[in-house]
Amino acid sequence: MEIIDPMSATPLAPGSIPDVQAAVRDHTHIHPCGAGTKTALAAAPNGATPLSLTGLSGMIEYQPGEFTFTALAGTPLTEIAAILARNGQYLPCDPLLAEAGATLGGTVAAGANGPGRYRYGGLRDFILGVRYVDAAGWLVYAGGKVVKNAAGFDLPKLMVGSLGQFGVLVELTCKVFPLPEAYATLRLDLPSMEAGVAAIIKLTAQPLDLDSLDLAPSAAGATLWVRLAGLADALPGRSERLRGVLGGGETVSGAEEAALWRAVRELTWVPAGWSLVKVPLTPKKILGLEQHLMAQDIRRYSVAGQVAWIATADRARLDAILTQTGLNGLVLIGPPAQVRLGVQPGASFERRVKQALDPHGRFPTR
Amino acid sequence: MSTAWLTDLARIYPPARLLTQPAQLAPYESDALTAYKTRPAAVVIPETQDEVIAAVRICYQHDVPFVARGSGTSLSGASLPIQDGLLIALNRLNRIVRLDPEERIAVVEAGAINLNVTKAASPYGMYFAPDPSSQLVCTIGGNIAFNSGGAHCLKYGMTSNHVLGIKAVLADGEVVTLGGDSLEGAGPDLVGLFVGSEGLFGIALEITLRLLPKPERYRTILAAYDSLTKAGDAVAAVVASGLLPGALEIMDRLAIEAAEAAVNANYPPNAAALLIVELDGEAQQVEEEFRRLKPIIEASGAYEIRVARDDADRMRIWKGRKSAFSAVGRLSPDYLVNDGVVPRSRLGEALTEIERLSAAYGMRVANVFHAGDGNLHPLILYNGREAGAYQKAEQLAGEILRLCVAYGGSITGEHGIGVEKRDYLPVMFGENDIETMHRLRRACDPKEIANRGKMFPGGGAPALHQAGPHPLEVAGVISRE
Ligand SMILES: Cc1cc2nc3c(=O)[nH]c(=O)nc-3n(C[C@H](O)[C@H](O)[C@H](O)COP(=O)(O)OP(=O)(O)OC[C@H]3O[C@@H](n4cnc5c(N)ncnc54)[C@H](O)[C@@H]3O)c2cc1C
Repeated sequence: MEIIDPMSATPLAPGSIPDVQAAVRDHTHIHPCGAGTKTALAAAPNGATPLSLTGLSGMIEYQPGEFTFTALAGTPLTEIAAILARNGQYLPCDPLLAEAGATLGGTVAAGANGPGRYRYGGLRDFILGVRYVDAAGWLVYAGGKVVKNAAGFDLPKLMVGSLGQFGVLVELTCKVFPLPEAYATLRLDLPSMEAGVAAIIKLTAQPLDLDSLDLAPSAAGATLWVRLAGLADALPGRSERLRGVLGGGETVSGAEEAALWRAVRELTWVPAGWSLVKVPLTPKKILGLEQHLMAQDIRRYSVAGQVAWIATADRARLDAILTQTGLNGLVLIGPPAQVRLGVQPGASFERRVKQALDPHGRFPTR
Repeated sequence: MSTAWLTDLARIYPPARLLTQPAQLAPYESDALTAYKTRPAAVVIPETQDEVIAAVRICYQHDVPFVARGSGTSLSGASLPIQDGLLIALNRLNRIVRLDPEERIAVVEAGAINLNVTKAASPYGMYFAPDPSSQLVCTIGGNIAFNSGGAHCLKYGMTSNHVLGIKAVLADGEVVTLGGDSLEGAGPDLVGLFVGSEGLFGIALEITLRLLPKPERYRTILAAYDSLTKAGDAVAAVVASGLLPGALEIMDRLAIEAAEAAVNANYPPNAAALLIVELDGEAQQVEEEFRRLKPIIEASGAYEIRVARDDADRMRIWKGRKSAFSAVGRLSPDYLVNDGVVPRSRLGEALTEIERLSAAYGMRVANVFHAGDGNLHPLILYNGREAGAYQKAEQLAGEILRLCVAYGGSITGEHGIGVEKRDYLPVMFGENDIETMHRLRRACDPKEIANRGKMFPGGGAPALHQAGPHPLEVAGVISRE
């Protein structure tokens, strides 16, 4: 048996599932990670040995006609997206940081949905099955490989946002959808955030199939971005109609349009050294939160006001604000200190789950 | 049997809502899997969440097993009572607590009827998407327990995809709040784990649901084929085209004949299979999708194609489909609804194999199914009065389930494991997998009192009895899908 120095800088990077099992059995404290793009979550907490899944990579099963695929956890999202795109398909949850190298497993464990999750749902809505190595080193399978399955507890959904606390994801099955033929975005400047929130509420009440809907404060007030996706022939008419509903707006298309959303997804707008925090909320809570945030905090309200992305240089202050406003947050990027901020819903239930799946605390508790 | 717990319950529940007399208990002895019947020691009918919590705490204190019951439409025996246990009937815990069209959420108590959520939302142009055929009567609590489906899962997903938050009392009496009002979460998806737990963690009290704006346009096509294979191939062609219909449903000859006889659906005569394809969404997009769908259906070998002219026409097409199961039930005194799922590419093979099994067993099987999801609903006709007929039907159902798993599918798409399929859980999952589920269950229910005997293999054998249609079906209120 090889002696592995837990202080060594290079993380363990097993190349097979049995090797992952062995690594888990050999370490009393171990922390799985993917490509490390979500820096705050990827860094191993105190004393835990980092376990990189990047050596466990590749598409295992993909039959385009099924609109599902199974891949190893360390598979880069770009690889998956390329294979899917060749077959006119995509993962509608629009995962973050794909081009930065994010892996499928890390994306699921972080719950890292992008702006496009608005249209058809997030990872929780597209994950079908998981295989993971549990705290005792056993391989556990849950869910299934077909698009509809109600057998057994829904552990695949539990693994979305699980932050490596319950086991090491090694293989995932997801459902996919047909890739939209074309996109168009409408950008609208508004005099205030109040007007921005009102626009979100107005748009989401209508039978408009929006792909993404983002809002951010600007010097002049606020900017709203509305993205449409679908059949190319129908897009001009739909954009026109949308402009009518909004009472204006500038159409962005082509490469500029793609770049705009790529920047959102790749988080290129987060200043180096700052923390990026995901805060789930609803449109009506935006203005309340805005009152507490500082001008220098960079905010983007995505998914039709259902999530706030906040880049801050002062994480402790944000934690206090979230606690005060009854919200919760997850730090994705930044120093690996406390990653969960504010008030955690269901904390006692989560403790029960942790106790059941990892009674000896082999994986970190977040 | 000790009655200290009944005395404790009587301190909280007035006699009219604490039932212990055999005549009072009789209506609660079965769910919609009528072949099983068990009399509980008592039934309580809570009207408030606190009353539910109190009942659970009393059960925990006295080690009394309990079962939550919504409307008792489970097709897998999941709401079957436990002998000497308590049945907690949630129908009166049915308030719509809050409906906020601006946030597009509805907060409802667990006993709220599925369709009532849509009714409450409809003045705002919104609806609750999950639409099991039983939606007129089934409760949100029951939908949560099974992650129930319906005809529109292909595009809209199952119940779980529309649940944002859950307040529940766990089996040991602790009240927890999972999730919230947002579409997004930060941290493990605890709501996702609770949905589909078949009542084994505790009882959902209050649920936050996501509402959607009603689709602006529908385009519904009915196509008739002279073979089931052609209809199946048409489904594959539609799916492969990159279109994403809201629904893709198939009925076979036996199901069509029954629907015709029952509701006069006026379907094309002599069809071996009918396909319903429905597009929904923004008008301009749907019209463009429809233009692309037309040639695919035209090339699919259908001998008759109808397009719904208006909403009334659309409802007529759906009426036959939605009533097909209870209609098939008229052909036979009893029937078992199977709920297996196969990968969509194996649909044709699976149907051929089911046909072969049907012939081998000498039992008629009708098929009405969610083709777009690969979710089969073979309907096995039998006569419960014939000795051994139910057992034979169950055996045939078992063979179909094994077949689904062998094809890489699942033993249940939307009806849950319950008591009916618990012995098949190990066909799909290994020892470690099931042990993991046990551990999660015990973490919420250390005494294993919540819905004891369901989902997990083994457990006391519930009593089989002579079968018959569900009382609600007899009354024509619901039909099986
Ligand atoms: C005619 C007919 C048609 C049907 N069509 C469909 C269909 O199209 N799609 C589909 O998916 N299903 C269908 N079903 C099955 C059934 O209607 C669904 O499973 C439904 O969700 C059950 O709801 P219920 O209120 O009747 O629950 P019940 O049968 O009362 O209970 C079902 C399970 O839920 C548990 N439960 C109930 N309330 C709670 C709670 N508050 N907290 C925790 N656990 C709880 C029970 O203990 C039980 O295990 C059909 C059934 C019938 C009879």
